[in-house]
Amino acid sequence: MKQIVIISGKGGTGKTVITGAFAALAENKVMADCDVDAADLHLLLQPDIKERHEFRSGKTAVIDKEKCIKCGKCAAVCRFNAINNDLTIDRVSCEGCAFCSFICPAGAIKMEENVSGEWFISETRFGPMVHAKLGIAEENSGKLVSLVRKQAKELAERRNADWVIVDGAPGIGCPVIASLSGIDCAVVVTEPTLSGLHDANRVIGVAKHFGVSCGIIVNKYDLNMSMTERIENYCKDNNIGLIGKIHFDKSVVESMVNGKTAIEYPAGIAKEEIIGAWQVLQKKLK
Amino acid sequence: MIISVASGKGGTGKTTIAVNMALSIDGGVQFLDCDAEEPNAHIFLKPVIKQSKKVFIPVPEIDEKKCTYCGRCRQVCAYNAIAVIKGTGGKRGSILVFSNLCHGCGSCSYFCPEGAIKEVNKEIGEVEIGSSTALTTSTVGFMQFIHGRLNIGEAMAPPVIRQIKKYINPTRTVIIDAPPGTSCPVVEAIKGSDFCVLVTEPTPFGLNDLVLAVEVLRKLAVPFGVVINRSDLGNKKTDEYCESENIPILMRLPFKKEIAMAYSKGEPIVKVFPEYRKDFRQLFDAIKEKKGSL
Repeated sequence: MKQIVIISGKGGTGKTVITGAFAALAENKVMADCDVDAADLHLLLQPDIKERHEFRSGKTAVIDKEKCIKCGKCAAVCRFNAINNDLTIDRVSCEGCAFCSFICPAGAIKMEENVSGEWFISETRFGPMVHAKLGIAEENSGKLVSLVRKQAKELAERRNADWVIVDGAPGIGCPVIASLSGIDCAVVVTEPTLSGLHDANRVIGVAKHFGVSCGIIVNKYDLNMSMTERIENYCKDNNIGLIGKIHFDKSVVESMVNGKTAIEYPAGIAKEEIIGAWQVLQKKLK
Repeated sequence: MIISVASGKGGTGKTTIAVNMALSIDGGVQFLDCDAEEPNAHIFLKPVIKQSKKVFIPVPEIDEKKCTYCGRCRQVCAYNAIAVIKGTGGKRGSILVFSNLCHGCGSCSYFCPEGAIKEVNKEIGEVEIGSSTALTTSTVGFMQFIHGRLNIGEAMAPPVIRQIKKYINPTRTVIIDAPPGTSCPVVEAIKGSDFCVLVTEPTPFGLNDLVLAVEVLRKLAVPFGVVINRSDLGNKKTDEYCESENIPILMRLPFKKEIAMAYSKGEPIVKVFPEYRKDFRQLFDAIKEKKGSL
């Protein structure tokens, strides 16, 4: 079984479009959406939810006003500015360290467990999918991403799947790091812009830091051919495989609007190029 | 006035809107790029960096000469960042710190009964301060530029964002370029803003993530409006959503290959097409008006 993750550094380069297309192309696979705070893969795969679970993670301080003697010790030790001047908790800022609850001489502060999201096991027209929804403004500690990864892997093992295809998050922080563990290849989707290359370079740095091998897809490559050339040179200089180059193709947007993957849509050139990229990736991982 | 620019979905044009608005309004703004994981505004604003400051978080360092392996630090650590094995039968115990799990709350060192824990600084990133001369005109004036960069392999951007925001000068017009998403880094960046511009694109992905971003702003009680980028791609559902939720649409920017080309080369739109400056000024006026009417 091979596990691949689609990441990008920069947002909006086409991670989910590529993940959806690979989901349509791969045989015998399980999908996982690890962009848990702005998940979109479900819009293409339209999962039918079979299992629904609460995700509990971290704690938040709660002050009992009756017991509080207004000494202010809690506010003095809190390093997250989570205790307001009127000695109430700013729930958004609280990181759940519990320092305040230990220090409170009146025993007025309790730590309450957060239900910070939900995760699901679903069926799609391409096979099973594990996905999640982080609560609004919750801490994306990477724990929910790790949970989705673990569930997807176990499901794939139970079903003897050949592939786990993971849609990653933008950025380089905790959700991305959590999505990289145990990955056979990180597919970095970028675009021919200075920002795209700058951000791809940083996320490739993270993947290398954790010993994960990478390949690059240049999406919308015809929007700036000289930047595309620069990215190709970057691949050569850094010994990173170029998996594919995909045209800017409005039919990709149309397929998305119709809730279809780029592969299912009677589309133009991008579809063929994505199929080509999938073949290159399969060979690379053999 | 502090204006943040956020999006939910990545790649919708946050940086484009933030940079071009900053370059179109008079008086010299303070520009803060708070996307510490993937900062991009510097590519367009080409600032001259004058000062650089490392960002540290305090992590525990154990003095094993004093440690009795009592386990109190492990007990108070909410992040499982300390493991303690007690000594048995005359054998010394052992203690391990996982500094990448540490949030730097300071509990362990405070509660250690032996005074064996000292906090030491661990570098997680840096903040750079400078000024941009990308497009100086007599009216635009001097722009102060601040951004931060999370070190590769570090997981937590919020401490870097907090450090960037310490430089906020509330007497100026402050423009914050926020990271994508809906979780802690975004909240850290937007918190305390007077107004937030949500940049979206009229596609199912854009709309799905816009709805999530709207929930974040309602939770934070920050007033907001929407900019629809690549407004001629996709469908009408985003317009319908904004109308039904009574969310003002502040600006529409159609997809143009020339704009995409300028972006790809790191050139602000208003530099290549100065006629757009009036549109971005209108956007700023619309924000002021919305803010004033609240």
